[in-house]
Amino acid sequence: MLNGLQLGLLMFLLAAGLTLTFGIMDLVNLAHGSLYMMGAYFAWTLIGWTDSFVLGALLALPAAFLLGIVVEMVVARRLYARDHLDQVLATFGLILFFNELVRAVWGPAGQSIAVPPFLAHTIEIMPGMLYPAYRFALIVVGAAVAIILAWLVARTRVGMLIRAGASNRRMIAALGINIELLFTLVFGLGAAFAGLAGLMAAPISSVKIGMGDDILILAFVIIVIGGIGSIKGAFVAALVVGQIDIVGRAFLPDLLKTFLSANAASTAAPAISQVLVYIVMAGVLVWRPTGLFGQRS
Amino acid sequence: MGLAVLPLLTEAFDQRYILSIATRVVIWSIAAVSLNMILGYGGMVSFGHAVFFGIGGYTVGILAHHGTNIGWIQWPLAVLAAAAWAAVVGALSLRTRGLYFIMITLAFAQLVFYVSAGLSEYGADDGLNISRSRFPGVIDLRDKSSFYWLCFALLCITLWFCHRFSNSRFGLVIRGAKSNDLRMTALGFPVFQYRLVAFVIAGAFGGLAGILLANEGAYISPAMMSWVKSGDLIVIVVLGGMGTLFGPLWGTIAFFVVEESLKPLMDLIGHGWGEYWQIVFGPMLVLIALYARGGIDSLLGRRRG
Repeated sequence: MLNGLQLGLLMFLLAAGLTLTFGIMDLVNLAHGSLYMMGAYFAWTLIGWTDSFVLGALLALPAAFLLGIVVEMVVARRLYARDHLDQVLATFGLILFFNELVRAVWGPAGQSIAVPPFLAHTIEIMPGMLYPAYRFALIVVGAAVAIILAWLVARTRVGMLIRAGASNRRMIAALGINIELLFTLVFGLGAAFAGLAGLMAAPISSVKIGMGDDILILAFVIIVIGGIGSIKGAFVAALVVGQIDIVGRAFLPDLLKTFLSANAASTAAPAISQVLVYIVMAGVLVWRPTGLFGQRS
Repeated sequence: MGLAVLPLLTEAFDQRYILSIATRVVIWSIAAVSLNMILGYGGMVSFGHAVFFGIGGYTVGILAHHGTNIGWIQWPLAVLAAAAWAAVVGALSLRTRGLYFIMITLAFAQLVFYVSAGLSEYGADDGLNISRSRFPGVIDLRDKSSFYWLCFALLCITLWFCHRFSNSRFGLVIRGAKSNDLRMTALGFPVFQYRLVAFVIAGAFGGLAGILLANEGAYISPAMMSWVKSGDLIVIVVLGGMGTLFGPLWGTIAFFVVEESLKPLMDLIGHGWGEYWQIVFGPMLVLIALYARGGIDSLLGRRRG
C-alpha cells in the first residue's frame, strides 16, 4: 500500500509538471521525459561536485528550470498555436536530441545516485512496521508539491493568469500582462518539477539514457485518466496508477503461479501489471471520454 | 522509378548492403502509406501504428516457432490479426478526440508492447529468431532479390489501393470528416463507422508491413513496436507530405537517406561522432515541424488535396 502511495506520488511529481504544460498550456510535450532525465543527470553531476545530496539536488532544480526556459524560448513557444501533430513531431525531435546528448556527454552506461546517508535508515511508521526513510521522504515531497501546485494554480493571481492565458492569450495580452514571459516561466517551472521527479527517482531506480521515455507515457496516461487540465484528476489518477502497479506486482505472480509455471509467472506478472494500467485507462475513457475530472472535450 | 531497377544495379555492382536498406525502405513505405490513410487523409493522429508491425510480425513468428511456416497460412492470419486488433483499438479510441485520441492509441500500443515483452515462450525482451515464410514453388524468400521484388510489388499494390481509397466516395467522406466532421454527420454520414473502417484497413496494411519486416530480419522482438517506431512513422508521413499519395514514399526514402548519410558525415567531422547522428537529426525534426508543413511532396511541386 505504502509502496503504491510512494510510486503514485512519484508519478504525480512527473505528471505535475506535465499538467502545467500539457494540461493547462495545451502543449503535447513529449520532451517532458527528457527534462526528467536531465534533472537526474544534473543531480548526479552536481552531487558528485558538491559531495552532498542536498546541495546537489538544490542546485539541480535551478539547472532544470533554466534548461526548461531555454527549451521554451528556442522551441516550445513556437508550438503553442500549432496543432498537436506539429507539437508531437517537434518534441519527439527533442527527445532524440537529449538522449543522444546525454550519451555523448555522460556516456552510454547508466549511473546511480546513492540514497543520502541521513535518509538511509528505516523508520517505524507503526509499531512493528518499518519503512525506508527515503521512500517516506518521497511521499512527503510528492504531497508537498501537490499542495503547492494546487494552491498556485487555483488560488493565486499567477495561477488565474495562466489559466486565462491558456484559454485566450490575446485577451490576457491586451490586459497588459506579459503573457510570453509568464508562459516561459511556467514552462520552466514544469521543467523544474520534471527535474525534481527525476532526481528524486534516481536513488530508487537508476540514472540512464531514455529513463524518462517510458515513464513519460505513464504520466500522459495519468493525465488522460484524470482529465486533461485537472490537477486534482492527475493527483487521484497518479495514486490509482501507483496502487494498480504495486498490487499487480505483489499479487499477480502468486495468482499466475496457480496455473502457470513459476518461471513463466515471474516474467509475465510485471508485463501484465503494466498492462493493467492501460486497461484501466481504456475503461475510464470508454466510460468517461474526457477523463475522471475533465471538463474539456 | 529508381526503386524498381535497384536490385539489378546492386547485383551488377555487388552492393548487397544497399539492397537490404532498400528492402527496409520499401517495407517501411508500406507502413507509412497505411498510416497516411488515416493520419494524412483522415486527420486521425494515431501514435501507435508500429503496433501493427508487431502484430503482423508476431503472428508470423509465433506460427513459425510452432512449425507452421507456410506463408499461405501465416500471412492471411497475420493480416487478419492486425485488422482485428485495429477494430478493437479503433472502436474504443475513435470515441475520443484530439489529444485523447493520440494518447489512447499510444496507450494501446504500449499495452501490446508490454504483453509481447512478457511472452517468455517467444523470447520476451530478447525477441526470437524465426525461419522465413515459405511459398513452395512460387517464390523463395531467402533470395534477397526475390524478396525485394515481392516487397516492391506489395508496395505498388498498397499505393494503388491508397489511390483508389482516397478518391473513392468512401475516401471523400473520410477526408471531408477531417476538415469538418460535424458537417459530414449533418449530411447523414455515419462518420464513426467510416473512420473505424479506415482504421481497420490501415491496421491491416500495417500488419502486412510487419509480416515483411519479420521475414526480412528472420527475427521478431518487442522493439518492432516500441513507441519510438510509431513516432518515426509519423515523422516519415509528415516529412513526406500528409495526405498525398507518394508523400510517405519520399518521407521513408528521406528518413533512411538522412540516417545513412548523417553517420558517415559526422564521422568525417570527428572520429566516432557518427554514433551520435540523432543529435543532429532531432533538431532537424524540430525545424521540419516548425517550418516545413507541406513536406517533400509539396517541394516537388505536385501537391494534391
